[in-house]
Amino acid sequence: MMTSLVADKPAPRAARFNVAVVLMFAVLALAPIAAAFGPESYVLGLITRVMVFAIAALAVDLLCGFGGLVTFGHAAFIGIGAYTVAIAGAHGVTDMAITLPLTLIVSALFAYVTGTICLRTSGVYFIMITLAFGQMAYFIAGSLAPYGGDDGITLPARSTLFGFEVFASDRALYYATLGFLIASYLLCRAVVYSRFGRVFRGARENPTRMATIGFDVFRFQRVGYVIAGSIGGLAGFLLANTTEFVSPAYMSWQRSGELIIMVLFGGLGTLHGAIVGAASYLLLEEGLAGLTENWKLVFGPLLVLVVLFARGGLVGLVTSIKARFSRD
Amino acid sequence: MTDAVLLIENLRKSFGGLVVTDGVTLEIGPGELHAVIGPNGAGKTTLIHQISGTLTPDDGRILLNGTDIMMLPPNERAKLGLARSFQITSVLPRFSALENVALAVQARDGSSYRFFGRAAAEKELNDQAMAALAEVGLDHRADIVAAHLSHGEKRALELAIALALEPKLLLLDEPMAGTGPEESERIVAVLKKLKGRFAMLLVEHDMNAVFALADRISVLTYGRVLASGAPNEVRNDPAVMQAYLGEELE
Repeated sequence: MMTSLVADKPAPRAARFNVAVVLMFAVLALAPIAAAFGPESYVLGLITRVMVFAIAALAVDLLCGFGGLVTFGHAAFIGIGAYTVAIAGAHGVTDMAITLPLTLIVSALFAYVTGTICLRTSGVYFIMITLAFGQMAYFIAGSLAPYGGDDGITLPARSTLFGFEVFASDRALYYATLGFLIASYLLCRAVVYSRFGRVFRGARENPTRMATIGFDVFRFQRVGYVIAGSIGGLAGFLLANTTEFVSPAYMSWQRSGELIIMVLFGGLGTLHGAIVGAASYLLLEEGLAGLTENWKLVFGPLLVLVVLFARGGLVGLVTSIKARFSRD
Repeated sequence: MTDAVLLIENLRKSFGGLVVTDGVTLEIGPGELHAVIGPNGAGKTTLIHQISGTLTPDDGRILLNGTDIMMLPPNERAKLGLARSFQITSVLPRFSALENVALAVQARDGSSYRFFGRAAAEKELNDQAMAALAEVGLDHRADIVAAHLSHGEKRALELAIALALEPKLLLLDEPMAGTGPEESERIVAVLKKLKGRFAMLLVEHDMNAVFALADRISVLTYGRVLASGAPNEVRNDPAVMQAYLGEELE
């Protein structure tokens, strides 16, 4: 009989529909009602922004948290999505029946082409080469003189759907963004636990083993990269509609870094952690920036504390506290 | 000659001036268990790497069921029916034992571009994975994360992964490495049970295991096949006794 020296530990069951996640979406769905009693447009704008970045953070979590692919250039996809809307708008195309699919196709193409190159590398090289492509997109956007160059470009109007001004009110845009966030979340979840996701996660664990059982790891990773790129593009589409303005700053490497910070802060490899992280980061930024110009002086140490003492980010912290109470 | 599962002809590989595989020719028939033995540094693991595709030979031919596989990447060789275990245990540490094997079943099943539906809940995958785990005596540990299995259990898990691939040829790179005597015996028993179902190439230092299992033995020294034949012939080959086995088999 083989005996195990380590305590038997069953594999963690894939998270079921977590009450906390449902609650989180419920709070987001009800927030506009509460906002109606306060500075409504400010609150709606802020939370819409949170949700937009949550969508992008989901894509980053898919790559970093499940694929082990630390991407340092994901803001490029936000920018590509936003610029697709802006450039189409500048040529009079504002209907999202056209611009949304276009956004997804353009960002998927960019992901396919750059992924083909990036995914030949791994580890630090992967980080650096995704950063390089991100910067490339940033400088290309800055040199688009007909579309505002470094100064950016204002959208003629928010996107319409079959001619209807569906995003006319902030509230409509808010709920549309929430819808896209929930859809992105469910898509990522399905992907992670699917057959494809199992291969994608396995490639992070042990690529050599995956190849020797017959998987072409590179191709699977590229498909994952395209999915994450398209989701990033979607975030860009929504960001352009939220701000009605697009500039190269959307693609700066700081933005890509912030996306990683959001995912780490919320909890890597959990998906809902990405949403929690995006919300905490942007709300802290908003709150602290009101107190002091040097808000990062407060946020920096906070991030260090979370990374040091709450290994799984905020989501991990809650889980371990819950575990402690249920044990007693 | 043509019905050989694995046919290696005149394989050569050198790293700079160091010749690690020097004209190796080897043939494994259906259901045969062929052991490759030799002192450390004889080029046994290098040979396995070249067969599985992680190293490219400089010259020669490798045929798997008559197909030249020498230029194919490892994943395509796997699809043609080549499975291997590693000298240093290679499993997916954060996956459960069952998921490790289910992934191999999925690889053989050939449809992994499915983005919806929970893979972990697929009965067909799990049943076949469970059967493979049962063959190596790990079915009662199916839910344990691979990282938490004992060393011997991980070695057994590697065998289960290979089994689930239903290979034509299984390459075993020191399956007993680092296991205790009891665990070794278990692995020998499992291999005995599997013998005959598919061809196997076994590289192993444990001579008791080799002589208990092998149909044929090749002795490798300095990248060259010194002798090849039935266990008894090899045991009594004077060149082999002098070069390698000598005292061990007195």
